[in-house]
Amino acid sequence: MISVHNLVKSFGDFTAVKDITFEVAQGEIFAFLGPNGAGKTTTIKMLTTLLRPTSGRIELDGLDPTVKQKQARQRFGIVFQDPSLDSEQTAWENMDLHGVLYHVPRKLRASRTEELLRTFELWDRKDDYVKTFSGGMKRRLEIARGFLHTPKILFLDEPTLGLDPQSRNQLWTHVKRLNEAERTTVFLTTHYMDEADRVAHRIAIMDHGSIVAQGTSTELKEQTGTDSLEDAFLALTGSSLRDEGADAKAAMRQVAKMWRR
Amino acid sequence: MGAIYILWLRELKRYVRSRVQIVVSLGQPCLYLLALGFGLGPVFRQAGHGSYLQFMAPGVVGMTVLFSSVFSGIAMLWDRQFGFLKETLVAPVSRMQIMVGRTLGGATVAVIQGTLILIICLIAGFRPHSWVAIPLAFLFVVLIAVVFAALGTAIGSIIQDMQGFQLVMNFLVMPIFFLSGALFPLANLGVVMSVITRLDPLSYGVDGLRGALIQTWQFSVAFDVALLAAIGAVFLSAGAYLFSRIEA
Ligand SMILES: Nc1ncnc2c1ncn2[C@@H]1O[C@H](COP(=O)(O)OP(=O)(O)O)[C@@H](O)[C@H]1O
Ligand SMILES: [Mg+2]
Repeated sequence: MISVHNLVKSFGDFTAVKDITFEVAQGEIFAFLGPNGAGKTTTIKMLTTLLRPTSGRIELDGLDPTVKQKQARQRFGIVFQDPSLDSEQTAWENMDLHGVLYHVPRKLRASRTEELLRTFELWDRKDDYVKTFSGGMKRRLEIARGFLHTPKILFLDEPTLGLDPQSRNQLWTHVKRLNEAERTTVFLTTHYMDEADRVAHRIAIMDHGSIVAQGTSTELKEQTGTDSLEDAFLALTGSSLRDEGADAKAAMRQVAKMWRR
Repeated sequence: MGAIYILWLRELKRYVRSRVQIVVSLGQPCLYLLALGFGLGPVFRQAGHGSYLQFMAPGVVGMTVLFSSVFSGIAMLWDRQFGFLKETLVAPVSRMQIMVGRTLGGATVAVIQGTLILIICLIAGFRPHSWVAIPLAFLFVVLIAVVFAALGTAIGSIIQDMQGFQLVMNFLVMPIFFLSGALFPLANLGVVMSVITRLDPLSYGVDGLRGALIQTWQFSVAFDVALLAAIGAVFLSAGAYLFSRIEA
């Protein structure tokens, strides 16, 4: 369903994704694990037509998303890592706009919106502007929105960041149900090993732009001679800290962009 | 079609909901109208050009439409910063439709703003030569709105930050306004100024408005309409191309 060969992305002289290759079969739940700055989001952006790859080949359901952009976009849904809501509109309006963009028929749009807003406990706030929502509520709304249309491939980029355990549980239950009932292929990234262990059929571990290992959770543990996914992860990526660095760098870039002299 | 409509509607909702912004954006043209209209009025009259309010009111309408439409396009910068742009960029809708929806939305808002200012001008004492002129003036308001909303979209697709925004405002939008003949007649200018003012698309919009409303033409109605339509087509194509190239 997803097939990636020798994918590379450089920003100037910095290479964020270095020659990665992997396959995700239809109906599979595939997790990307990796420290901050590993290149997970950059990979997802290339898969979802938001960034043009520097080199390499991508296929989504047999289509090259850099060429057949519209057809490719028809096949996937995505929950972004960064905010992507229109804060000047209500929760309902955000859902409705999404439904229109994804050609969900009006009746179905309304019924699914209600169902999803109830599932993620936002129904009684449906007519409030998103700008009045807390971080967790915004996140839940983004997730609900991601489920509004039923794509063949679902990309979830750190979907549980900033969620309470109840919502996390809700989300993964939903993802599993979708995966089992509709054979939706799921591509997710997360920082929580327990989540990856619980839902993912296969896991790739990414570090410094390269995939350092991939396989089932059991295979990864065997390969590293460890007995938890967390230990396997640390064995593969080392325990040095770079999380803060990468985030701080991204924040700096943002500020620099805003106030560049 | 649904995508164009929903994005058009979004621009409109944003406009209607931001009441403070409506007041602010109408305040500036009113200031021009008052300060310049009454301040320069006597000088203008002494020079034998008649009422300055009559002369500048069409210019102020043009200015309002210019600022409002360019600004709506550049507001894409905020959608980029706050992330909503991504949501539309990955949707299974051609970028063309998204761009058209946004641009038409911005243009519609600009038309509303221009209409409001025209009403304010009428209240302030401005009188068109005949009420029949209003539909023709409206046509020019629409043309100006589309031309500059498309320009705004094109620019909004390129600039990434506040700096770029400031740059565009100071070195493109303000000159477009000042050199359009909104505030002074284009007749009897030196060669350099004549050339520059004729390169400014807004000159033809202001001329059309002024011609329609007070029957003072620098060019002609057919020329103004044809030229604005052509420029509009060019800007829309440029906007569509640049928008289709956006990465997030
Ligand atoms: N637009 C960009 N320009 C320059 N560098 C970038 C850009 N986007 C991401 N990067 C860099 O690429 C690296 C990978 O980032 P990212 O894919 O967001 O990592 P992850 O999602 O795994 O945390 C980081 O070092 C980040 O700073
Ligand atoms: Mg990321």
